[in-house]
Amino acid sequence: MITYARSKTAFATISVSALLIGASLSAPAMAGGVTAGTLIENTAVASYDEGGTPRTINSNTVTVRVDELLDVTLSSLDPGPVAARPGAAVLTFELTNQGNGPEAFRLLANPAVAGNDFDVVVRAVAIDSNGNGTYDEGVDEILTAPQTTAVLAPDEELTVFVLVTLPEGASDTQTSNVALNAEAVTGTGTPGTAFDGAGVDGGDAIVGTTGAQAVARGALVNTRASVALVKSVSLRDPFGGTSAVPGTIATFTIQAEVSGTGTVANLTVTDAIPEGTTYAPGTLALDGTALSDAADGDAGTASDAQGIAVTLGSLPADTRRSITFDVVVD
Amino acid sequence: MKSPSKLIFALAAAALALPALPAAAQTNANQVELTGDVKAVKIVTDADGKERTELVAPTTIVPGDRLVFGTDYANHSAEAVTNFTVTNPLPAAVRLAPDADPALEVSVDGGKTWGVLAALSATNSDGTTRPAAHADVTHVRWVLASIAPGASGRLTYPAIIR
Repeated sequence: MITYARSKTAFATISVSALLIGASLSAPAMAGGVTAGTLIENTAVASYDEGGTPRTINSNTVTVRVDELLDVTLSSLDPGPVAARPGAAVLTFELTNQGNGPEAFRLLANPAVAGNDFDVVVRAVAIDSNGNGTYDEGVDEILTAPQTTAVLAPDEELTVFVLVTLPEGASDTQTSNVALNAEAVTGTGTPGTAFDGAGVDGGDAIVGTTGAQAVARGALVNTRASVALVKSVSLRDPFGGTSAVPGTIATFTIQAEVSGTGTVANLTVTDAIPEGTTYAPGTLALDGTALSDAADGDAGTASDAQGIAVTLGSLPADTRRSITFDVVVD
Repeated sequence: MKSPSKLIFALAAAALALPALPAAAQTNANQVELTGDVKAVKIVTDADGKERTELVAPTTIVPGDRLVFGTDYANHSAEAVTNFTVTNPLPAAVRLAPDADPALEVSVDGGKTWGVLAALSATNSDGTTRPAAHADVTHVRWVLASIAPGASGRLTYPAIIR
């Protein structure tokens, strides 16, 4: 046996640098944990005295590579059911790559959810290309089948829009859910399912606690406003009674009532002057306020030939408007 | 058992101390041997439905998995070695598992100060201090007064992948 080589200075240097290895690295803190492909290297250092001489030795370095964890979450970003009327509507979701490796996700929107009052038609799934949180037609990318996101980095979030059309048949306050499903492209399954060699750097990909898939529901409520018109008449004859004789003044009242949810737009009420009567000029009024007969700044027009027309514009639900006008029996 | 670092070490030592005896560099088998290994802790379910843990080769590991790092030491020399200290910097990607031996000597400041975890404190980013946690541990070490000739042993610490 040959005597071991000795040098105090060399040993001291090695010992110090070995101690600092762990301290100089900062640990990554991500939802999905250490990034896939990270090499975990462990080396132990021993220092000891042999016959009064200090010595230092390193162990071999053991290395393991962190494999890829497949996890995803999906949530609705709508604060509540999206109020919509028959026609186009947008549901907004957020998808997060909860795994520790880069991964793309396939999206599928299902409008037929149990318990729906009505089902919408899914027109497309789009991603928020400009990142402003709002669907912008012609700007935000509409995914083509199979609807797959770009590869998302660990922890990366993506806003997803589901573009739907509400059917005409649905009535007011009826609701509908749309389920959006996201699946890791690499694969899904029960937690722990492994896809050999499918992870980062040829490592394995393992299904995480989410099963590598997620479902979120977006809700819609149909807001349909409807208008009811009720017309009534009161008679005042020249003798102070209520008979319909020539010279009797008939006061017509048209009650417009908006019910349901939401707003009706561009509401105009028109009525013809009944045959055998003549419009009494200057009697058109809205909610007791006179409107001029001429087509001018105010909302009403009236004439014997054209009848009356009152533009009410946009009216929210639960509003009433009362239109009155007089005619004289010929 | 010739890791690159050890070879460099041995050659450097030989060059510095004993240039007249080049043979020392070749036959300089360590009198004290340190061998590291790592195992993954897997929960396996027996045929009767009982769960038990098993140490397996870490072929597939992901964040949250448990690893056990082991270091075997052996004194092959004819003399006892004394003040035997094995220091193990924790890889940045793991944290010390909460079930680590409470008596284990650890450091939370890169190996500058040492103690049992319960006696150490860590510094927050705002300068305040708090009791140190397992995740703060940067190094573990074992101090053995002496190893008799021919004696050997094994040191382990459990870790969880961050």
